[in-house]
Amino acid sequence: MSISRRGLIAASAAAAGMGPTLMRVEDALAQGIAPRRGGTLTTILQPEPPVLQIGVNNQGPTLIAAGKIFQGLVKFSPTLEPLPELAESWTISPDALTYTFKLRNNVKFHDGTPMTADDVIFSIMKFHMEVAPRARAIFQRIDKAEAPDAHTVVLTLKAPFEPFLLMFDVTACAIVPKHLFDGQDYRTAPAVQRPIGTGPFRFAEWQRGNFIRLERFADYWKPGQPYLDAIIYRIVPDSQSRRLALETGQVLMTAAGDIEPFDTPALRARPNLEVLTTGWEYFSPLSWIETNHRVAPLGDVRVRQAISRAIDRNFIAQRLWFNIGKPATNPVASTTKFHDPSARIAGFDPRAAMQLLDAAGLRPNAQGVRATIKHLVLPYGEVWTRLAEYLRQSLRQVGIQLELESTDAGSWARRIGAWEYETSINFVYQFGDPTLGVERTYVSSNIQRVTFTNTGGYSNPRVDQLFAAARDGQTAEQRRAAFSEVQKILVEEVPQIWLMEMAFPTIHDKRVQNAVRLGTGVHASYDDVFLTS
Amino acid sequence: MMAFFRSFARNKGAVVGLVVLALVFAMAGLADVIFPGTPWDMVAAPFMPPGEMDMWLGSDSLGRDVAAGIAHGSRISLLVGAVSTVVALALGVSLGAVAGYLGGFVDDLVMRFTEFFQTIPSFVLAILLVAIFTPTISSVVFAIAVVSWPPVARVVRAEFLSLRSREFVQAAEVLGKSRLSIVVGDILPNALSPIIVLSSLMVANAILLESALSFLGLGDPNLMTWGFLIGSGRSVIRLAWWMSVFPGIAIFLTVLALNLVGEGLSDALNPRLAGRRT
Repeated sequence: MSISRRGLIAASAAAAGMGPTLMRVEDALAQGIAPRRGGTLTTILQPEPPVLQIGVNNQGPTLIAAGKIFQGLVKFSPTLEPLPELAESWTISPDALTYTFKLRNNVKFHDGTPMTADDVIFSIMKFHMEVAPRARAIFQRIDKAEAPDAHTVVLTLKAPFEPFLLMFDVTACAIVPKHLFDGQDYRTAPAVQRPIGTGPFRFAEWQRGNFIRLERFADYWKPGQPYLDAIIYRIVPDSQSRRLALETGQVLMTAAGDIEPFDTPALRARPNLEVLTTGWEYFSPLSWIETNHRVAPLGDVRVRQAISRAIDRNFIAQRLWFNIGKPATNPVASTTKFHDPSARIAGFDPRAAMQLLDAAGLRPNAQGVRATIKHLVLPYGEVWTRLAEYLRQSLRQVGIQLELESTDAGSWARRIGAWEYETSINFVYQFGDPTLGVERTYVSSNIQRVTFTNTGGYSNPRVDQLFAAARDGQTAEQRRAAFSEVQKILVEEVPQIWLMEMAFPTIHDKRVQNAVRLGTGVHASYDDVFLTS
Repeated sequence: MMAFFRSFARNKGAVVGLVVLALVFAMAGLADVIFPGTPWDMVAAPFMPPGEMDMWLGSDSLGRDVAAGIAHGSRISLLVGAVSTVVALALGVSLGAVAGYLGGFVDDLVMRFTEFFQTIPSFVLAILLVAIFTPTISSVVFAIAVVSWPPVARVVRAEFLSLRSREFVQAAEVLGKSRLSIVVGDILPNALSPIIVLSSLMVANAILLESALSFLGLGDPNLMTWGFLIGSGRSVIRLAWWMSVFPGIAIFLTVLALNLVGEGLSDALNPRLAGRRT
């Protein structure tokens, strides 16, 4: 129950009307400067999102820009503690079945209508349940959703589900106005094109292929905030143009994959720029060599161990990603609270790798080749091609010949989903809890012909049991025990060959304050961001 | 034969081209001796400027030797140029010969077919073909051959049209030689000189096409080529200019040499034309 109590303390402080003041004091302490009203934050969004309605589209760029227009009930600190947002406080019943959210009573949508418990229940039980598969999987655990009054929401679960609160961030469950969606097709409703939320910035203008402009919402529920007058997201498809825009001051900030890793050292050296790699804790993307266990010899655990020992993750982190992100040590990202630091994959040791391959019966032929494996290059940009080239050279050192296949993004997703690959690279968001973001890759019940499921085909009844126990565990301690054991099994069996705990650089002009304050980084509402003169 | 060499040598540019081409072939042949191992090996720190750590032309983003890449890449570039030209010649010569010799309806049919290919921008078609057949060395060669045969067909057809009514052809027909042996044994040798000149330019063009495809990431990912080197260096050009400049110079010199040699061949094979130009 530690979460609920901590939540309550933070929440009651906010409830006492100290919320905005508290934030400002914090800002001032952190920065040594008082927030300043005014100014426009120009930044970059790429690739251009199809719509800005969270739920209808949940890709990275949509979440970043629409995170300013919409808000969730809670938000998350860098250590993934829930903080009050639209809910000013919440309590969890002792049996962990009933979640009671107390909503703020001064929240308005951008069209002027007040936000009430009806909107919240509609967003959870109808809107996201319908349009967002990830939310549906979790919200199906809700037995009933009730509103005893206009500013209280009571959700009762069918069974305890400890990571439940993590689903109420804006990126997972944005609160949408019921009156603009109810009774319509949610995906084609007019509000999808002109999104209306409760956030500090309202949608103003979108010139396709050029820019998206959000402007200050005067009736925002935090008095005096947001500080900025507007945020402009420019669409710049070429990475070198993005770098130039940042260097010349045309934009004040870049985020996510805007800047290539190899460009960051030069930008770090510029005195007017700040490079942050924090702000991805909630997502914690983890990359790995995706192996298809149905293809010999990848079904042999010794072969996977050998591949894992043949690659130098430090080299990958330093030379390919320029120290943005760090080498992975096990399947659960270290930013997640159930990461067990004692469960570690065996380190870089090509000689040990060759012994493992010998043991697996793969002897080198006249050319020194023990096995030939195909590798589908992840078509997400140059650094992934370089990674494939690095893997090919490293594996050749131990006698595995990796044959690279090029493809495009659509075919990549189709071939992974259809199990038509031998190896590839994959990276997946973990969403702050192994039940939400790790389990899906390893449990046998999720072996599906769908991308981002257990496409490798790994199956271990004990792992299935442990993930189930962790999912249903009532307390964090019970869950931790199961997660620790499962991590120890997985680092031995290396069902996928983990490479990097990824992060993305947020690079901003030093005049931009508070760019990254939460575990969701640039996806936050930005009501506390300001520009110093 | 001596007359041929003499008239070829009269064109100074062509001799220079031939020397450069010989050097490129030597580089391709000796790549394994000068740069043993594979050019993909990460042998140094990344982004080393030329001259440091025993690397004449610097290292790339993974610490691979750019000079080794150029030497080994020359093999693939020359191979692709030669093989795709042979394939395109086979296609173009046979279609052009059939159209020019038979004439009439067959000629119309073949020429409309050729024009169909000529109206599609060749590079776009090549990209499309490689993307459909997934990028491998054979699909790249195939795509280049498919987009380069139409000019050959047209040239060969024109030669055949003018040659087939000559007396020696009529004589052969009267002698009762088969059509195939007339085409192959009598007309083709006389149509050879424009084909030779054209093919030297086609090799140059094929090298450029292959480089452009690799530059766009549509090359065989398992083979080091000049286009790949430039493509992988493009985005880091402000950090490491040498990654794209040196392979670019290699392409430039080779293509220029091939063009010069083509010109020299044209002069040597058509002495009257050469005289007129000077």
